[in-house]
Amino acid sequence: MIKTDTLIIGAGPVGLFCVHQLGIIGLKCEVVDNLDKIGGQCIELYPDKPIYDIPAVPECTGEGLTNNLIEQIKAFKTNFHLDERVEEIKKVEKKWITKTNKGTEFESSSIIIAAGVGSFEPRKFPTKEIEKYEGKEILYSIRDKTVFKDKTVCIFGGGDSALDWAIELSNTSKVILVHRRDDFRGMQASVDKVNQLKEEGKIEVYTKYQLDSVQGKEKIENITIKHEDGTIKEIKTDYVLGFFGLIMQLGPIAEWGLNLDKKTVPVNTENFETNKEGIFAIGDICSYPGKLKLILSGFHEGALAARGCFKYAKPDEKYRFEFTTSSKTVKDRLGVKE
Amino acid sequence: MPKITYIENSGNSHLIEVANGLSVMEGAVQNNIPGIDADCGGAMACATCHVYVKEEWFDKVPKKEEGEEDMLDMAYEPNKFSRLSCQMIVTDELDGLIVTMPEKQG
Repeated sequence: MIKTDTLIIGAGPVGLFCVHQLGIIGLKCEVVDNLDKIGGQCIELYPDKPIYDIPAVPECTGEGLTNNLIEQIKAFKTNFHLDERVEEIKKVEKKWITKTNKGTEFESSSIIIAAGVGSFEPRKFPTKEIEKYEGKEILYSIRDKTVFKDKTVCIFGGGDSALDWAIELSNTSKVILVHRRDDFRGMQASVDKVNQLKEEGKIEVYTKYQLDSVQGKEKIENITIKHEDGTIKEIKTDYVLGFFGLIMQLGPIAEWGLNLDKKTVPVNTENFETNKEGIFAIGDICSYPGKLKLILSGFHEGALAARGCFKYAKPDEKYRFEFTTSSKTVKDRLGVKE
Repeated sequence: MPKITYIENSGNSHLIEVANGLSVMEGAVQNNIPGIDADCGGAMACATCHVYVKEEWFDKVPKKEEGEEDMLDMAYEPNKFSRLSCQMIVTDELDGLIVTMPEKQG
């Protein structure tokens, strides 16, 4: 059991700045995120896209913003639990006990949910009958590529994951690549390589096709793919891989007894506490009248939520407001040498 | 104000007045039309505001710009009439537009 003052769910920009705000008021925190890297949507959805509305930063990318935020909280030596999803929370006396899908447990006096629109999960095939094969012959990520050796693998998608795996697996497997249009959005070098392998007969490529149906008993035997014009083609394959990127799912958050408004958690605007005492929500996931889904709004929300956590962490102390420019205590916490 | 018809996958139809300058996505979200999630808020980063534009309207809406087709690769059951509703801005020319929502978003 890891004991801390506050558990932050979500390592996006808003969660990261909240680490800073907790840190300067002397509270410890741990951060959990379902992605395997820090940065949330900034890093997963738009690492290279410029952002123009961070105050005092005329232009930066999602990646640049994330790196600066990580730099800003370095002094607090915060632990990040990545590639882990919070599954359950429960209140035991005055503490919140939180458990992740990997079995990590936390005890904290408060929780700050900075989870954006939820956790990132792979997008799945829309086809109905796939469920019983998912995780076996229908996969959305690859953990052990050796299982595909000497097998037929049918890969769906047009981005870098689809292209990279098609190229990689073509060394040891029969690879069939299927994409819904003629253009691939992956890197040009990968597209060229796939075309070259296609010429050499090492990869079969079908474009303007999508998965139509799956047949089999215990295992997949055949699939059919459907062309834009309605033509159906049958393919014999051992494995089906889908690389359609990630989608955000609210997931277990919906089961924690929090009030929900569509996919957001209503909060008060004094300290961004939810209907549950000691649970706060900030950033895209919270809602209140006038809410703007901007990173800068999330920073403000995090600053106030951090102060809201203080009374739960230190019930016998009075929180005193201090500026980073003048407070020696705050500067010590930030590791500033004078 | 231009009127837009949003048809849910179940067939439920909603005729909504949407102000010029808003996106087709915003018209749906602000009027609580089910079937358009718009998780990313209109940044062309999530493909959860995917709609099918009625065939006779498809060539009348402004063309896709760079990046939209890439995002549509990730949408749920895209077809040749697929668009991201956050990328279609309402103008008088779109008065009468009809869009249908997919079975689900992602």
